[in-house]
Amino acid sequence: MENVISKGAKQSVLGYLATAGVVLLLLMVFGLTMRAAQAGGLDIPAEIFYQLMTAHGIGMVGIAGMCGAAIMWYFLGQYVKLSTPIFLLNIGLFLVGVVMILGAIFIGGFAGAWTFLYPLPANSAGAWGDMSAVVHLSGVLIIGVGFLLFHLDTGWAILKQYGSLGKALGWPQLFGNSTADAPPPTVVASTMVLIVNVLGLVSGASILVISMVNILVPEFSIDPLLGKNMIFFFGHVFINATIYMSVIAVYEILPRYTGRAWKSSKPFLFAWTCSTLFVVIVYPHHLLMDINMPTWMAVMGQVISYLSGLPVLVVTAFGALAYVHRSGMKWGMPASLLFLAVFGWAAGVIPAIVDGTISVNLVLHNTQWVPGHFHTYLLLGVVPMAMGFMYYITENEGSFIDTAGFWAFVVGGFGFIFTFLWAGKESVPRRFAEHQAEWMGTDQLGALFAAVTILGVAIFAVRFLANLGQAAKS
Amino acid sequence: MQDLAWNISLWLMLLLAAAFIFVAMKSGEKADAAEVQSSAGKIRAALFWVILIAGVPITMVTLTDLPYAAQSDSTAQIVKAEGSQFNWDINPTQVVAGQPVEFHVTAIDATHGFAVYDDTMTLLTQTQAMPEYTNILKYTFAKAGTYKVLCLEYCGSGHHVMSEEITVVAGGN
Repeated sequence: MENVISKGAKQSVLGYLATAGVVLLLLMVFGLTMRAAQAGGLDIPAEIFYQLMTAHGIGMVGIAGMCGAAIMWYFLGQYVKLSTPIFLLNIGLFLVGVVMILGAIFIGGFAGAWTFLYPLPANSAGAWGDMSAVVHLSGVLIIGVGFLLFHLDTGWAILKQYGSLGKALGWPQLFGNSTADAPPPTVVASTMVLIVNVLGLVSGASILVISMVNILVPEFSIDPLLGKNMIFFFGHVFINATIYMSVIAVYEILPRYTGRAWKSSKPFLFAWTCSTLFVVIVYPHHLLMDINMPTWMAVMGQVISYLSGLPVLVVTAFGALAYVHRSGMKWGMPASLLFLAVFGWAAGVIPAIVDGTISVNLVLHNTQWVPGHFHTYLLLGVVPMAMGFMYYITENEGSFIDTAGFWAFVVGGFGFIFTFLWAGKESVPRRFAEHQAEWMGTDQLGALFAAVTILGVAIFAVRFLANLGQAAKS
Repeated sequence: MQDLAWNISLWLMLLLAAAFIFVAMKSGEKADAAEVQSSAGKIRAALFWVILIAGVPITMVTLTDLPYAAQSDSTAQIVKAEGSQFNWDINPTQVVAGQPVEFHVTAIDATHGFAVYDDTMTLLTQTQAMPEYTNILKYTFAKAGTYKVLCLEYCGSGHHVMSEEITVVAGGN
């Protein structure tokens, strides 16, 4: 049963995407500025570099969340009844949070990175004041509250329609004898995201409040390793949820080109149930160099990292290939970007799994290998998923200029991530404001490829904004 | 190890890219969907088992030598390292090559990353340096020389200047 999305609801989605498109470009320019500074081409103070790094990191996480939320809400709303006011409240809180974060960073000087690793926000060595840190963390908390409300609304709607989370994940079809049609992929994915992200957001909100209390009342403190676990659990789950929300665009849009409906088969349902568990318990792979963590947790981090690759590679990536293969499809911008996105996601899993190996992590952790692998599945995965959705919702199949943008994005994007991975192999640390001369070769290439990537995304964003008015009316 | 990680990642990514390019090139042809899905299902099942069967021994081998020291070794050379914004306090700064070294690593203000680089700026080993905890990192230097310690966990505006040197002398010196 599919509902028709209302004009107001569609306009709300367009509002999300327009916000995301503009902020994404701004944050990419921040990223280019950092690479250019590391390459020796720009002379900026270290304090400014780390402020840009903080804004780039937290901003990109937020924007990925907004894109994922827009995609999920647009398609989930065709199966269950969602609340437009809550959807708008989420973007309202997001914008309030963004203003607070930008103010805290560029006026207050906060530069605690997007990870705000406890107890760094309280111990800035004079770089920022307590109030800047509190305003920043409050801004992140407000954005988190918006997302929590958003997920509670999707949860309420899913439960009303399907009765339980297990049914919405297709468990009666997977584990039982039910012969009824399983819920569509969009509902299954949205349910998984609901489960994991509520857990992640509660953990994130808790450590944000704890950090703020610690800043205001230094006598109150917690175990820093516990704080680190809470932060990385939240961060890992939230950023993964952005991918799992965005991939709904692939499930919904690609079949309109291939003529082959993406079905909730048993392997599909099994993969999503596994992913629900894996995303929650795999986060210790961020803490493999914390020798004081229980060894069993580190081993679990590695083993689950390996297993996590199976649903992505064997189900979603392989599924996309099987649906496209000899389908007689005609390529347009939405299909091209979504196909690229599936590849970007699957390709990014490979260096991530390699780094999830404890003995490898020993020499790659916190080198540029890390931004190398996460940019692969975010820049070349989530971004083209969002851009493909933008082209789809504005009914733009593309012209010469869009095709040029696509190839600029492909060449720039892959060049960019490979300079990071290569630098990681060469042991270049991540998050350094100044680089040694021998590291600058890959920095310069990285900056060049970043500029080409931005050119591609600028074309996508401008074309989307140009078609926005027409799409809002239709 | 870094070269192995690069080669494995690069070749698997290229293999994946080849599959995507092949399918994209064949996408213009039209075939019966059920027939394609049937073949794809068999290939997927085979792929699943190949990955799983290869994954089990890889997992077991890579988990045999973990860098986690459960207890301090009384025969090792002990080096205490304390990170603070933005320097390392390391004592002693000289050790002997060929004999195990135990770095007892902690921090006083924020989390830092204790990373040891050789003279070619290749990362040899690392651990996190955290307030309230002492991490024991074991390493045996194979040759004499000057090694660098950098901070690999972002710790504030002077993160990139946290650098210290360790001198490794040949055994018997």
